[in-house]
Amino acid sequence: MRNRFADTFYQLGKTDSRLCVVVADISPAGSIAKFRTEFPNRFINTGVAEQIMIGMVAGMAQRGLRPFAYTIATFTLYRPFEMVRDDLCYQNLPVTIVGIGGGVTYSTLGATHHAQEDIAIASAIPNMSVIAPCDPAETEAATRWCATQERGPVYLRLGKAGEPDFTSNADEKFIFGKLRYLRRGSDICILAYGSIMKMAVEIANRLQEQGRSVSIVSIHTLKPLDLEGLASALSTHHELVVIEETSPQGSLGTKIKALAYELGASCPIRCFSLKDEFIHNYGSHDALLASHGLSADAIHSAIIKSG
Amino acid sequence: MHQTAASINVRRRNSFDAKAARERCRRYRRRILDISQQVTALHVAPAFSCVEITDAIYHSLKRRKSDGSFLDAFVMSKGHGCMIQYVILEELGVLTRRDLDLYCQPGGRLGAHPDYGTPGIEASTGSLGHGMGIATGQAYAEKLKGTDVIIYCVLSDGEFQEGSTWEAIMMAANLRVDNLIAFMDYNDFGGLERMSDGHKAFYPLVPKAEAFGWEAIEVDGHNEEAMLEAVSNRRGGRPMLLVCRTIKGKGVSYMENVPIWHYRSPNPEEYRQGLKELDEAAR
Repeated sequence: MRNRFADTFYQLGKTDSRLCVVVADISPAGSIAKFRTEFPNRFINTGVAEQIMIGMVAGMAQRGLRPFAYTIATFTLYRPFEMVRDDLCYQNLPVTIVGIGGGVTYSTLGATHHAQEDIAIASAIPNMSVIAPCDPAETEAATRWCATQERGPVYLRLGKAGEPDFTSNADEKFIFGKLRYLRRGSDICILAYGSIMKMAVEIANRLQEQGRSVSIVSIHTLKPLDLEGLASALSTHHELVVIEETSPQGSLGTKIKALAYELGASCPIRCFSLKDEFIHNYGSHDALLASHGLSADAIHSAIIKSG
Repeated sequence: MHQTAASINVRRRNSFDAKAARERCRRYRRRILDISQQVTALHVAPAFSCVEITDAIYHSLKRRKSDGSFLDAFVMSKGHGCMIQYVILEELGVLTRRDLDLYCQPGGRLGAHPDYGTPGIEASTGSLGHGMGIATGQAYAEKLKGTDVIIYCVLSDGEFQEGSTWEAIMMAANLRVDNLIAFMDYNDFGGLERMSDGHKAFYPLVPKAEAFGWEAIEVDGHNEEAMLEAVSNRRGGRPMLLVCRTIKGKGVSYMENVPIWHYRSPNPEEYRQGLKELDEAAR
């Protein structure tokens, strides 16, 4: 995702001189390094200083530029939180703040580098849009949308590098604010966003092998939520399964349950997320997820058990 | 993209009329006192300390385009000082009398802190420590665009206690945005106490700014001529900070340097006394 973001941004930046990237002491991945070489004045490194990173992009947007702020998700959102809220969201400026390594991607760096609550925090701010693409192709589409939109601030949550492709041959295109079926079935609907899509697809494959008809949905836009699309998913499936790499508070799962209550939907909804706990263990990304109950085995058996 | 300092030098103000400026400032302070009688709380004293600074920016420094609109930008980083901005914008016809009459009232659009999107308001401020970062971004954007637009920014001295202000100060110097001119309203009072009593390590100010790569000078913040001269004499090539010595509550004796007036509105008797003092000082 990180590399595809960089490639896309570089391509767009070649023709739109309003596009700038402001980073806070993070090494520019892939084509962002090329962007820096070709457009040195439009690549700004504020150093280990995230408040000025966000303050600056606000001022730049007010004077007609289209800046992206870019660093590790925790430092994009948590450290400069009030600048994100007041400078970007209150003023409603068309700025994209990119959070690399959303969730617990940085599995060995400890909880200071885990963006466990980023979806809830970003979604809580008025005017903020939240997008978490699931693979490189969706990252490209989301980046293109972010670079050309006039709506307001966006939190773009990315994973790291090397995610497999799930969407480049999908029937449905990326449309901001609309959930996207990667596969259509009639029994179970699995909804996921971000790099945990890999686990969702594996679970869907196992269920299909067992004769279940499974939909897979990339719900890349977490805010605004596609309420119509969700209502339709609730009414056309026997069960909804939400898999997400985020804290339970303010998660997609809680929002879908609230929506189902309002709609009077009877469809069972099973939610799998990180726990409301900091992580003190280390290891691979998958190992950390598994320690919070997020593994294909654990989720698959929970679904089978309930089914 | 970087222009020479000379190309963006503010033109000298040989035409500065000190008497007219004094009369405007008296009028602005009176208008703020009038409005103070409509609401229970507003920041009178913090506005009074930066009346001359803001008047100089609007009437002498900000240049206009051919259509009459301002070319240069202004960020009131000390958002709680915005009453002076409002009354100037009212006189310039950007805000209406009705806007000011409905200050902090239902149906009105002006609150105790400026809100971006309101006519004439170029940044939402109120939480301190945001304006310098925004102004730095604005200044850099104008450099990238190749314009000669200057960004003026007024900050409270208390705001310089925020780490975010120093992040912006470092970055503005790194980027050499010499189209950023900041004014510190150095009235020596936070909301609670005299800064020079409670925060001795805050001083000295000019050498600090210089050490961070800024051009800096200390001036009398109630003397517009002195401030304008400092701006026109700047060497350029880097951002500039004017450390403007001011008196919190300037112009009304019982408010001057008395912390409670950071928030309080005068009662009717205090209001009448305030008007009397302002008028007497003008004679």
